[in-house]
Amino acid sequence: MSTLSTPVAASRRTTLARISDLRAWLFLILLVVFFEIWAEVTYHSSFVLNPYNLQSISVFATAPLLLALGQTLVIISSGIDLSVGFTMGLAAVIAAHVSNLSMDALGLGEIPAMVLAIAAGIVVSLVPGLVNGWLIAHLRVPPFIGTLGMYGVTRGAAYLIAVGATVPIHNSAYTWVGNGKIGELPFIVLLTAIVVLATHYLLSQTRFGQHTYAIGANRDAAIRAGIDWRRHTIKLYLLSAICAGLAGTLYTGRFLAGAAQAGEPLLLDSIAAVVIGGASLFGGSGTVFGTIAGALVIAVIQYGLVFIDVEPFWQFVAVGVVIIISVLVDQSQRRLAGERQDG
Amino acid sequence: MAETGRARPLLDVRSISKSFAAVQALNGVSMQLEAGEVVALAGDNGAGKSTLIKIIAGVYRADGGEIVYNGENVTFETPHAARDHGIETIYQDLALADNLSIGANIFLGREPVRLAFGFLPVLDRGKMAEAAKATMARLDFEVDRVNAPVSRFSGGQRQAVAIGRAIYWEARVLIMDEPMAALGVPEQRRVIALIKNLRAQGKAIIFISHNLSDIFSVSDRIVVLRRGVLAGERRTSETDPDEIVRLMVGG
Repeated sequence: MSTLSTPVAASRRTTLARISDLRAWLFLILLVVFFEIWAEVTYHSSFVLNPYNLQSISVFATAPLLLALGQTLVIISSGIDLSVGFTMGLAAVIAAHVSNLSMDALGLGEIPAMVLAIAAGIVVSLVPGLVNGWLIAHLRVPPFIGTLGMYGVTRGAAYLIAVGATVPIHNSAYTWVGNGKIGELPFIVLLTAIVVLATHYLLSQTRFGQHTYAIGANRDAAIRAGIDWRRHTIKLYLLSAICAGLAGTLYTGRFLAGAAQAGEPLLLDSIAAVVIGGASLFGGSGTVFGTIAGALVIAVIQYGLVFIDVEPFWQFVAVGVVIIISVLVDQSQRRLAGERQDG
Repeated sequence: MAETGRARPLLDVRSISKSFAAVQALNGVSMQLEAGEVVALAGDNGAGKSTLIKIIAGVYRADGGEIVYNGENVTFETPHAARDHGIETIYQDLALADNLSIGANIFLGREPVRLAFGFLPVLDRGKMAEAAKATMARLDFEVDRVNAPVSRFSGGQRQAVAIGRAIYWEARVLIMDEPMAALGVPEQRRVIALIKNLRAQGKAIIFISHNLSDIFSVSDRIVVLRRGVLAGERRTSETDPDEIVRLMVGG
């Protein structure tokens, strides 16, 4: 038994790991406290107890969070999906066109047109998802390159289909999906919460989730255990694309128009949310819980800086700094854990 | 070598040949393995040890010869087919998912599922943790942290996890590729004790090793290959390291 590591070191390591898992939430709390103090001092009002602020932040966080959920799955499997931003734009434009066409050309009512539009947007997003998965799983293209290629393809396709402009919709049922509320709860927040729960379940409670972690940590081990990593990889990129497609169709409802550039700034936000949430870009780690915190950190920074009247461009600086800090914390934590493992 | 009048061997490899392009990796190699026996496979680099175990494990197909397993003539098309028959290979890199627990590694690819709330299928972590504890106890490796990822464990413990996975699934033949490599001395002793324990449980074990002291400390028989042919086979109790080295280098 002399070779077993001492229980003391072990428990300390676990505590450290637990703190690191909660890192993004601690960060979020610090940010909220900061804006709260600022609001109290400057405006003599509360930042966080203001329902309007809370609602705005949560609505604001939906699109990056949806993209980040798909990205979480892909990153855990040691991949990355750079195409989500324009897959979202493509879905937004397609959904807008389908809504308009099914009302004008097919004479459908608003609700069936809305349903058709959202379905079409999501179905279209399956194409880049399938191509990504196929390139990576079967042609062994590195995920960064394969999805970068699809970034270009979806970008071009979205602008071509939008004919270089935004595509306005005139469908109040669809508009309600993007802006309506159930009581005080915005519908898109509710919908995003459902997707969050589903993804959490998938990742933490199912064999599918378990295999995703295994593939990310040691693909050969997964293959030797009989896991079909090719099929699994295709499914992961499909799920990522579906998340992006859903985000795109919701965008069209929220802003009353589909736009090719709908998700352009959200690609980096989605990756940042996953990384701030504690996932490693080398794969094998990450949780939905962490990604939620990561997405909220970004949303609070972006909304909060506008709230305290800082030049909006500082948002990019702030988010960039947070990404770097969280990766540094992660690395030092790993190094610490590594040292103890050897000792 | 059936001089001891034993019953039919569990695994009977009969004049196996295999070539890769112009290279004859194995030429008419035969060996037998009984339940509860540890056979060391020795030989210099390129002697054909790896090729032989990969053929037994279903990674390669032999060009000639046959494998009789449990009285049946078998051809394993894939490693899975071999595993389904109870022949499990423990590779040098152990093939563990470092971020998962012992239980999750034991069940990797065959995770047990239960119904939550009567309808929602969820991973049965309780069953995985229990199996992890029971299996590690069977190997005399106590672990208190069944839910920790295996990256937190030492080399010997990880070796035990890889072996534990094999025995949980009722493997009858364990093929181990350099099981003592990359381990510290105390850990090597643990693994040697582990192999003896497995032998006592009736498992048949083939292991590859370069280290003669490992070979002599744990094996019952030594099969020596040289340049793809059987250079000799000795009972460990009736030979010494010098003779094995002579067989290996052809002196």
